[in-house]
Amino acid sequence: MFDLTGKAALVTGASGGIGGEIARALHGAGAVVALSGTREAPLHELAAELGERAHVLPCNLSDPAAVEALPKRAAEAMGAVDILVNNAGITRDNLFMRMSDDEWQSVIDVNLTSTFRLCRGVLRGMMKARWGRIVNITSIVGTTGNPGQGNYCAAKAGLTGMSKALAHEVASRGITVNCVAPGFIATAMTDKLNDEQKARISAQIPAGRMGEAREIAAAALYLASPEAAYVTGATLHVNGGMDMA
Amino acid sequence: MSDIADRVKKIVVEHLGVEADKVTESASFIDDLGADSLDTVELVMAFEEEFGIEIPDDAAETIQTFGDAVKFISEAA
Repeated sequence: MFDLTGKAALVTGASGGIGGEIARALHGAGAVVALSGTREAPLHELAAELGERAHVLPCNLSDPAAVEALPKRAAEAMGAVDILVNNAGITRDNLFMRMSDDEWQSVIDVNLTSTFRLCRGVLRGMMKARWGRIVNITSIVGTTGNPGQGNYCAAKAGLTGMSKALAHEVASRGITVNCVAPGFIATAMTDKLNDEQKARISAQIPAGRMGEAREIAAAALYLASPEAAYVTGATLHVNGGMDMA
Repeated sequence: MSDIADRVKKIVVEHLGVEADKVTESASFIDDLGADSLDTVELVMAFEEEFGIEIPDDAAETIQTFGDAVKFISEAA
């Protein structure tokens, strides 16, 4: 349904479950994709699976210089960056009273500040092209809060506000900026939970199950598509009804 | 008019969609030529590319009029 032929997409955190599915979805719609992440092996595996139109661009998002350089490397590899999906994120969970400055700062740096820098880095090309799609992957906890994740919730809520401000600034240039807020998604991380834990989580979800990475990818694909041109500053909540914000 | 001024005027006319005779020495991009703040950023980007120069942000803020732009670029190019 959505055709991204001729578009070039940079996806961060493509070595993870959700990022990998997003890259697959964009690539499947015809886009050239640049796969970024810290762990190189899964990036190369994914690139091999995708075949043509896939580039591997390892990048450590806690390194400001590397973040600054990433949009340029992506533009060199693909000729442009028409679509940016900021999916990468880390957690350093701790109870608020025990949270160190370092735990706070590292999550803000990687999840919020690096996204700011990547958005800034791709804007010039998008402004000239009069077309661009930025999709920031936030989280249900950015609106609901979650104990032990003061830093993560702050970063995700910050992304939402930042996306709206940027959406205002560049809307007249054909560039949209939106968020996808996943709820509980089955990934390698949630696979470690036992059946009882999974049942308890599912009981809180009206849909009665955890989401799948490809269900997040479908939302990102829509927001990246030409069809979503009139959607900007929005958050698409993909959470099985867990929070009907 | 100098070659630089001609080239700057061409960019301004194309980007802002204004008549060339409105682009006078003292014409302010925002107040007289209808630019918004994003237009001024894009004009600076276009000047940088046309003339192969770097215009730092603090200098860009001082370029308010057509005359400012020609003067800055003449000194930098």
